[in-house]
Amino acid sequence: MHKEAAIREPLILGHKTYSDITEDVCRSIEGKAPRAWYIMFGVSLLVGLYGIGCILYLLGTGIGTWGLNKTVEWAWDITNFVWWVGIGHAGTLISAVLLLFRQRWRMAINRSAEAMTIFAVFMAGLFPLIHMGRLWVGYWVLPLPNQFGSLWVNFNSPLLWDVFAISTYLTVSVVFWYIGLIPDFATIRDRAKGALSKKMYGILSFGWSGRAKHWNRFEIVSLVLAGLATPLVFSVHSIVSFDFATSVIPGWHTTIFPPYFVAGAVFSGFAMVQTLLLILRKGMKLEAYIHTKHVEYMNIVIMVTGSIVGVAYLTELFISWYSGVEYESYAFINRATGPYWWAYWSMMTCNVISPQLMWFKKLRRSLLFTFFISIVVNIGMWFERFVIIVTSIHRDYLPSSWSMFYPTWTDIGIFIGTIGIFFAFYLAFARYFPVLAISELKTIVKISGESYKNGTAPGHDDHGGGDHHSTPVVEEAPAVEHKEESTEEE
Amino acid sequence: MADRVIYATYDDDHTLLEGAKKLVADGVHITDVFSPFPIHGIDPVIGVKHTRLGIVAMMFAVTGLMLAVIGFRYFMIADWPMNIGGKPNFSLLQNYPAFVPVTFEFTVLFAAHGMALTYLLRNKTLPGMPADNPYPRNTDDRFTMEIRLSDNHGMSSDDLHAKIKKTGIVEIEEKDYVVIK
Repeated sequence: MHKEAAIREPLILGHKTYSDITEDVCRSIEGKAPRAWYIMFGVSLLVGLYGIGCILYLLGTGIGTWGLNKTVEWAWDITNFVWWVGIGHAGTLISAVLLLFRQRWRMAINRSAEAMTIFAVFMAGLFPLIHMGRLWVGYWVLPLPNQFGSLWVNFNSPLLWDVFAISTYLTVSVVFWYIGLIPDFATIRDRAKGALSKKMYGILSFGWSGRAKHWNRFEIVSLVLAGLATPLVFSVHSIVSFDFATSVIPGWHTTIFPPYFVAGAVFSGFAMVQTLLLILRKGMKLEAYIHTKHVEYMNIVIMVTGSIVGVAYLTELFISWYSGVEYESYAFINRATGPYWWAYWSMMTCNVISPQLMWFKKLRRSLLFTFFISIVVNIGMWFERFVIIVTSIHRDYLPSSWSMFYPTWTDIGIFIGTIGIFFAFYLAFARYFPVLAISELKTIVKISGESYKNGTAPGHDDHGGGDHHSTPVVEEAPAVEHKEESTEEE
Repeated sequence: MADRVIYATYDDDHTLLEGAKKLVADGVHITDVFSPFPIHGIDPVIGVKHTRLGIVAMMFAVTGLMLAVIGFRYFMIADWPMNIGGKPNFSLLQNYPAFVPVTFEFTVLFAAHGMALTYLLRNKTLPGMPADNPYPRNTDDRFTMEIRLSDNHGMSSDDLHAKIKKTGIVEIEEKDYVVIK
C-alpha cells in the first residue's frame, strides 16, 4: 500500500473507519435540517425571488431600466458575469488540476467546490442572456440555419467564443461532478430508510453497484475528464478576457489579460470556497475532514494567485506609462485618481495587500482571519471587474461624451438576487447531496488518516491492512486473533 | 441446473486483495468484486482488463475537431464570407487563428460528453437502472467477492467454501445466481 511521509499533517483527523466516513457525510442528509438551515435557505430564497422579479421587470420593460448610458454601455451586468465566472473557476481547478497533481487534500473539498462552480456558472450565464434584452431570441447565438438568408454567427468574435466556452465549461463541469456523485448516491441509496428517498436516490445513483470493472472505468474516466477540464478551465477565463483584450478601448487592449484573468479567477474562486466551506464544516460537523491544513493549503493558493494578480496590476500600470500611448496612460491615471479612485483603491487594498498577509503562518492557519479575508477578496475581485469595465469606458475619446455610471435598483436587485439564488442552490445541495466525496475519502483514510499515521488505530499493523470495525475497541480482540491465525496458516 | 454463486464478504480492502491473490493462486476463478471504492491492484488479480474508454475519448475528440473544422469552412468561408475588419475571409487557413478557441472548446465538448455517455452505457448505469450489489453495505464498508460455480468446474462447492474461509472473510453465503441487469 502507498505510504505517506510521517511529517505530513494527516488529512483526516482522529480515528475514522470506512463506515464512520459514510455516517459522517450521510448524517445531515438523513437527519432533520437544523433551524439555521431553514432560516438561511428562506432568506436566500426570498432574496433570489426578488432578483427574479427584477429580471422579469427588466425583460418586460427593457435594458433601459439599467443605469447604462451612451458612454457606459457595459457595467454591472458584465461585471457580475465576469465575477461569477471567476468564482466558478475554483471547483474544476480543485477537482481537475489537483487530481492531475495527485493532491489528496482536494478530496475533502472537491465535491462542494464543484457544486459551487456549477451554481456560479449558472449565475454567470444569466447575465449575457438577460443583457441580450430579448431573452427569447437567445438561440440566435447558435450557428443555426435561419430565415434571414444564409447568415451565420460570427466565429471571429470573442463574444461568440464565450458562448461556446461557457456552455462547454458548464456542461463538462456538470458531467465531471455527476460522475463522481454516482457512487456516493449509491451509498445513500443503500442506507435510505424511507421509500421515497430510496426511490429518489435509486434514480440518482443510476444503479451503481461498485463492480471492479466499473471502478476501473470510473478511474480512467475521472482522469481523462480531469485532463480535458484542466485546459478548459484556463481557456474559459482567457476567452472571457478576450472580450475585452481584443477591443481597442484603452485599458482593455492589453496582452496580459488572459493570464491575469485566469489568476484572478482562481483567486476569487478559492476565496468563495473558503467562505462556503468554513460555514459548511461547522454547520455539518465535518471538522475532522476539512481542517486547518486544508484551509492553509487553500490560503497558499490564494496567496500565490493574489500575488500574480498584484504583479499584473503593477505591470499594467508600468506598461501604460512605458508604451507612451497617451490614451493608455490616461486610462490608468484616471483609474487611480479620477472620479472612480475609490473603486480602484478598494481593489488594490483587497486584492494586492490582503493576500500578502497569508505569508504569516499564524494568520493563514486562523479560521476566523481566513473567513474575513475571503470576504475581502470577494469584494476586491468584484471591484476589479468594475474598475476594468466602467472606469475604462466612462471617459472615452471625446470629452463631451464623458459620463458616470449610477446603478439603478434593477441593477442592484439583479446582482443581489443572483447571490440569493446561488446560496439557495448551495444550501439545497448541502441538504440533499453528499457534500464530501465519500468513496474518494475512503481511499485515503488509511494513508492520511491521523490514527493510521501515528499508529493508534485499533488493529492497525505495518502492512496497512488492519481490521477495524465501527464497533468499540473492546470487541476488537477476536478480529485481531482471527487475523493472526490466518497469517500462521500461510 | 441454475448457476450457484458464492458471495464472500470482507471488511477490509487489503484483506480482500490478499485473499484474492491466494484464491487465484489456488486456481479459483473470481468473477467479480463489489467494493465501496476502487481497490488498487485488484484488476490484474481477478483478470479485469484495462478499460479502453481512453481510446473512446480520443475518437470523440477527433470527431469534434473535424466537425468544427468542417463547420468553420462552411459557415465562414464557403457559405457566407464576412468582411470583419479586413480579416482574411477567403481562406480557411489564414482565418484559422480566430477559430482556434472554438475548435478547442468543441473538441473538449465532444470528448467529455462522448466518453461520459459511453461510460454510462457500458456500465449499464443509467437513471432508473436497478442496482445489483449483493449487500447494501457494499457501498459502505463491506467488500464482496463473487465466485460462480459455473466458472470453477474443477471444484465442488465445499472445496470453494473451505478455500475461501481461510482468507479472513467476515461472511460467506451461497445462493442461486440471478441476473439483475
